[in-house]
Amino acid sequence: MPEGGRVSIACKVNGHAHTLEVHPMARLLDLLRDELHLTGTKEGCGEGECGACSVLLDGELVNSCLVPALHADGADITTIEGIGGSSRLHAVQEAFITAGGAQCGICTPGMVLAAVNLLERNPNPTEEDVRTALAGNLCRCTGYVKIFDSVLRACQRTQAQT
Amino acid sequence: MRAYLPAYELKAPRDLGEALALLAREPGLWKPFAGGTDLMVLFAAGKLEHKKFLSLWQLKELKGIEVTPEAVTLGALTTYTEVLSHPVLASEFPLLGQAARETGGVATQNRGTLAGNIANASPAADSPPALLVYDAELELVSARGSRWVPYDAFHTGYKQMKLCPDELIRRLRLPRSSRPRQHYYRKVGTRKAQAISKVVFAGVAEVEGDTIRDLRLALGSVAPTVLRCRKTEDVLRGKSVEPATVALARTTLAEEISPIDDFRSTARYRRQISQNLLEDFLLSLQ
Repeated sequence: MPEGGRVSIACKVNGHAHTLEVHPMARLLDLLRDELHLTGTKEGCGEGECGACSVLLDGELVNSCLVPALHADGADITTIEGIGGSSRLHAVQEAFITAGGAQCGICTPGMVLAAVNLLERNPNPTEEDVRTALAGNLCRCTGYVKIFDSVLRACQRTQAQT
Repeated sequence: MRAYLPAYELKAPRDLGEALALLAREPGLWKPFAGGTDLMVLFAAGKLEHKKFLSLWQLKELKGIEVTPEAVTLGALTTYTEVLSHPVLASEFPLLGQAARETGGVATQNRGTLAGNIANASPAADSPPALLVYDAELELVSARGSRWVPYDAFHTGYKQMKLCPDELIRRLRLPRSSRPRQHYYRKVGTRKAQAISKVVFAGVAEVEGDTIRDLRLALGSVAPTVLRCRKTEDVLRGKSVEPATVALARTTLAEEISPIDDFRSTARYRRQISQNLLEDFLLSLQ
C-alpha cells in the first residue's frame, strides 16, 4: 500500500495557535477531538447530515466531519469550548439551559454553534430564520420547539443588553 | 470499514497552472476535491476509488461571480451560500437560489460548490436542473487550453461526463435574458429539509398573452443523468395551456423520462410526481 505522508498545518483554534503534523485527509473532527482534546465537538452521523460536529471555520459554519485537515491550514476555528465554558457562558448557552433546549446533550454543541453563527449573520431572526439556520442540526430528544425557543430567547436577551 | 489514512494523499497546488500541470502529468490518477461534502462522506465509509486527491478549494482562479450585460459567470467553486447572497442571481436566476436553499443545511451550503455538484454527477443533484433550464455553459480547462461546452451535452450516462482526465471545470456561464420569464422549482423528498430528491423539477417559460412563447424543462432523479426534457418542451412551445395540451405534455414527459425503483422511491411514484409537477408548473403560468 502506498504511504501518504503527514503534512504540517498551522491553524488557530479558539484563539490559540497550533502547528500540527497531520494526514492531509484526516477529518478536522478527529483533529479537534484526538489531537487537541477538544471533545465538546461531537460525532453523530459522520456524513454531514446531523450537524453534531458543527464548528466555525473562518466564521462560517461547517461540519467538521467533512473538512479534511489540509483545509484547516491557515484557518481560524471556533469550537464550543471557544464559545463559552462553565465559568462564563454565552447568551445562547444560558438560554438553552433556561428554556430546556438541551436534553441528552449530544446535538447541543452543534446547535449552539449554528445558533451563534445565525445571530452573527442576523441579530434579529424570525422563528422561520431559526428553523432554516438549524435545519442541518438534528436532535432526537427535544422535538426542536424548546431549541427554537432557546435561540429566540437568547436573541431577545442580547438585544435587551444593547 | 473506515478509511486507512496513510493510504490517501491530498495535495494543494498553489495556483491553477500547478494543478493543471499535475493533472497533465498523471491524468486520471488525481481526483479533484473541492468542498468535500460528497467525497468526505465516501472517504469516511472507505468507499473512495481514488487514493490521490487534488484540492481545488484554495484556488482563487476558480472563485468569484462576474456580471456582464450578456451573462453571469460563476467560478467553479461558487458555494450555495454565495449563490444565495448574490442579487443578480436572486432576481434573474431565482431557481438556482431555490436549489441552493434546498441543498443540505447551512454547513453544507457553505462548503458545497456548483462545479462539485456537477462533477459528482448524481442524477439526483439539486442545482443541475436549474442550470439546465438557464442554458448554462461550462468552461473546461487543461494544460492544453480551454473550451466552452453546453451543460446540456455534458452528462453522457450515469456518472459519465465529457470531462477529460486532465481537465477541470473552471467556470459556469449563464446567459442573461431581457425577456420576462416565469420560474418554477420543486424538490420532492421524504422530508422538506436535508432530504435527497425523489424527483426534482425546474421550469422556465416566456408567456405572451395565452401562449407559451418558449420554455425549458429539466428534471432530476428520473433518468441516469439530470435531464433536459426537450420532447416535452416541443409539444408545449407555441401552445396555450389548455386541458388537451396539458394531457399531451404529461404523456410526452412520462415517455421522455426513465425513472427506476431504488432505495429512495419507485419508478411509478417518480413518473406520477413528474407529471403532476409539470401540470402544476403549466397551471401556474400567467
